[in-house]
Amino acid sequence: MLTLENLSLKLGSNHYSFNLQANTHRVSAILGKSGSGKSTLLNLIAGFLSADSGTLQWQENSLLKMPANQRPVTTLFQQHNLFTHLTVEQNIGLGISPDLNLTTRDEKNIKSVLEEVGLDGYAKNNAHKLSGGEQQRVALARCLMRKQPILLLDEPFSALDESTRYEMIELTRKVIDQHTLCVVLVTHNKDDARMLNALEYKLTGGELLINTPRNILEL
Amino acid sequence: MPLTSDNSSRWWLPGLIALIILVLMTGLPLAALLFSATDVAPTEVFSNNYFRRVIWFSFYQAVLSASLSVGLAIPVAQALSREQIFPGRKLLINLYSLSLVIPTLVAIFGIVAVFGRTGWLNSITGTLGFNPFSIYGLSGILIAHVFFNMPLATRVLIQSLDNIPNEQWRLATQLRMGGLAQFRFVEWPAMRRQIVGLFMLIFTLCFTSFTIVLTLGGGPRATTVEVAIYQALRFDFDINIAVSLAIVQLVFCVALLLVSALFKQQSPLGFGHQAPDSLFRPASGYRWLNALIIVVASLFVSLPLVGLFISAVNPATIKVLLHANTIKASINTVIIALVASGISVVMGIGLLISSRHIRIRYGKHRLGQWIQQAGNIILVMPPVVLGTGLFLLLRNVADVFSIALVLAILINSLMALPFVLRILDGPLMQAAEQHDRLIQSLGIHGWSRWRLLDWPLVRKPLGFAMAISATLAAGDLSAIALFGSERALTLPLLLFQRMGSYRFHEAAATAALLLAVCLILFLALQALANGRTDRGNYADT
Amino acid sequence: MITSFRRTATISLTVALCLVALPSHAAKTLTVYTYESFTSEWGPGPVIKTAFEKQCDCTLDFVAIDSSAGILNRVQLEGKSSKADVVLGLDYNLMALAQDTGLLTESGTDLSAVKLPVDWTSDVFVPFDYGHFAFVYDTKVLAEPPTSLEELVNAPDDLKIIIQDPRTSTPGLGLMLWVKAVYGDKAADAWEKLQPKILTVTKGWSEAYFSLFLNGEAPMVLSYDTSPGYHMAVDKTEQYQAAAFDEGHYLQIEVAALLKSSPNQELGQSFLQFMLSKEAQAALPLTNVMYPSTDIGDALPPEFSKLIKPTKSLLLDTNTVRDNRKAWINEWLDAAN
Repeated sequence: MLTLENLSLKLGSNHYSFNLQANTHRVSAILGKSGSGKSTLLNLIAGFLSADSGTLQWQENSLLKMPANQRPVTTLFQQHNLFTHLTVEQNIGLGISPDLNLTTRDEKNIKSVLEEVGLDGYAKNNAHKLSGGEQQRVALARCLMRKQPILLLDEPFSALDESTRYEMIELTRKVIDQHTLCVVLVTHNKDDARMLNALEYKLTGGELLINTPRNILEL
Repeated sequence: MPLTSDNSSRWWLPGLIALIILVLMTGLPLAALLFSATDVAPTEVFSNNYFRRVIWFSFYQAVLSASLSVGLAIPVAQALSREQIFPGRKLLINLYSLSLVIPTLVAIFGIVAVFGRTGWLNSITGTLGFNPFSIYGLSGILIAHVFFNMPLATRVLIQSLDNIPNEQWRLATQLRMGGLAQFRFVEWPAMRRQIVGLFMLIFTLCFTSFTIVLTLGGGPRATTVEVAIYQALRFDFDINIAVSLAIVQLVFCVALLLVSALFKQQSPLGFGHQAPDSLFRPASGYRWLNALIIVVASLFVSLPLVGLFISAVNPATIKVLLHANTIKASINTVIIALVASGISVVMGIGLLISSRHIRIRYGKHRLGQWIQQAGNIILVMPPVVLGTGLFLLLRNVADVFSIALVLAILINSLMALPFVLRILDGPLMQAAEQHDRLIQSLGIHGWSRWRLLDWPLVRKPLGFAMAISATLAAGDLSAIALFGSERALTLPLLLFQRMGSYRFHEAAATAALLLAVCLILFLALQALANGRTDRGNYADT
Repeated sequence: MITSFRRTATISLTVALCLVALPSHAAKTLTVYTYESFTSEWGPGPVIKTAFEKQCDCTLDFVAIDSSAGILNRVQLEGKSSKADVVLGLDYNLMALAQDTGLLTESGTDLSAVKLPVDWTSDVFVPFDYGHFAFVYDTKVLAEPPTSLEELVNAPDDLKIIIQDPRTSTPGLGLMLWVKAVYGDKAADAWEKLQPKILTVTKGWSEAYFSLFLNGEAPMVLSYDTSPGYHMAVDKTEQYQAAAFDEGHYLQIEVAALLKSSPNQELGQSFLQFMLSKEAQAALPLTNVMYPSTDIGDALPPEFSKLIKPTKSLLLDTNTVRDNRKAWINEWLDAAN
């Protein structure tokens, strides 16, 4: 269980305060207009930003003092997830070893995770040659490779065209089911949340309102 | 499709006039050169041992200079990019632009003050028992070239580092990349794209570098083709050799330009530093190293200036400043700067206006670009080569020494033209693109268009362009070197003479004066263009 | 506001034009191109100027060119429209070259008083002083200087010397010719052996002597046998002496000439004659630090008798120099690299 209690931050002239309880049973989807602080929330969880006050706990352990590279979190961004000058295999390999020291076992694992995301045989392809959807799949594969319990999705489908988006959301749903992940999704599109059968939260005025699905206000 | 007939606007006139002037100013001297060359066999130059060595040295020092400049810029850019927040960071990065504005000779003087025979470095190493470091020769040339070009390379690289998407930095952290992995996967790929273009640019600059090699070359062992042309004319009055070398240099420059076009990176000059969106950078374990690199680099860039100021504060200064020659030279320098800058800007605008008309109204982008490229002619015909051609052209009809100032003005205006084009291209295009249909439908063209629409939008960059070209002309030696004399003195020439006779204190005062003149010109011209309506709204440097 | 500005401008412009149109002062001006150290405060220039102007009722205008070699070059670059009436301070070695330009004319000077180590036959060039090239050394640093060119060439490499560029400097050219005169075809080898001892090659004599040698940068500098005379007579020190070389020393003769294009032919000729007068000649030893070309008897400073007396005065014919200078300089450039 990922718990945020009055996790607060003042950024420029904006005040944010987040309350959230996310578990592995359902995806928590954060909906809000652009600029409402959705990315700030994810950055706080991931550790790219430091909170001023409040608590942030995973399984009863506080994450606040942990630097970003030690938190059990993996993020999937809207774009620029891959290092375009590397191959697919290398990109995923970075999830295992940041220096790309890969064993044959690692390579095998990469192969199987590629199969899982439907990119069988793409290992040696150059990342910059992939389409938007394919890049996101590789990124997702890397997220899986990292085996972190918390998965943060920062508008991962927004840059994709309609059909690719649906494919990607399907794949994500499958993967989440199979790997018991605590997922926090940030998006401006209600459909994404619905397709993932997520618990919806609305972010307004810098505050996250804990809501049951029935209380969701129209955006 | 144009809505109104273009017969009413003579859009082609400014460009045509500018092109004609350009063709005359470069074509005629070129013709004079080639004409003289019929008596001369340029290839003979290659059979001469000395000249072969000169040609080899020209390439050698350019390769070394470019490699050092770019190579050293990489860690500096990296260190600066990783340390996003520290007091004085913006000031420091702006300091790196200074080398574009400081007159070459002034900086050289500062470099000699610090690294020269009786400079600070030798005082320190002397007491430590080391052999004196000699700045004359290859080492001096390299130091000066790195001083001027490393900051340029650094600014370009910082910009590419700043353009790295924030996601990549966050990924780097999340994926637990150490410093080396970060460099390998995030920073280097971003910088790599600029490296080749930067190298070519700096190589070309160093290959045609005149003032630095002339002052710090220190003898036959360290001479480049440009300096050899000058020496052939001024030492031996050997026109044949001068022409041969000039043609050889021309061929090399054209070749360089073609090669550079292959690697056509629109590498920015580093103006307008864009701050990245997020200040996020992964915490680096090597912060002390970053600090060390930044401090050393900044010292290297700022010490010569400091050296200059300290040397300039000496008892001889007032006497030097009031000396008749100094006053004469100062007046000449200001005149040259203002007139050359004016000509350059007017020509540049002429070219750009016609070019933009062709690009927007007729959609012929390539043709428009070609017209603009004509303004870069000085890159193919370096000042000394052009000066030689002018000399050949005019020597039977006029006393070149009497018209030395006029020739210097012409050459300097050509030298500034590439900068003017670079600075004004964007703004002028923007001014047109935004309102093109409106302009056509309202039938605004010609002078009214300039006055009502272009001028207000282009005013600030125009001031900047004038300021830069005036500063360039004021501090230039290569144009005046050939024909300068006691009759036609400019501050750079005076400084050169005083430095050459090792009259250190006088030189220091002269250098400080030249710097002051350049600064005043720069600020005054910018302020003038920004106008009284915009009080307090001066453009950033 | 605008009208009063216009008025002021018009008035000022008119006044300015009137001033310009006024006939200029009637006196004549003689323009003499010479090298910079000649016209400096401590050089012969001021003395010569005062003395000549007194007797000619004219203005003597010295134009300082950066070096002696530069004078010829400058006149060549200017061609027929040169403003010079007289060139003063050319070196004998460049005489043939100067003659070839066709810009000079007969001096019309009476040369009977001229007394040089060699016979003088030119009627275009007027010799006004002479000396021998010699390496001047600091006795405090170098107790035993080389006694011959050969010894210098073969000296250990830590003996540092300062020389000048033969393309821009008279002593530089002089040394090159000196080595040529002594070694002939083997000159290139001699230069190669000399190369590591050369601390630096300067553009002109003053940088080498004043800025480098006198500041202790090296113990030996190429200069003249007369240089120590100045130190002894004026600075009252015997610290700097010239090294006498067995093979002999190369001669330098400084000359002046009249330009064909000059509108002041008579005035120019009288100036050239003046340069041989006792008054002008006596001023030269301690200002130009050279031997006068005529015999001035007691007017020669006594310290000059303590100077080295070259056993041989080497001098290559100026026409030979003209024909081979380029090739020899290229040879020097090669070897000096």
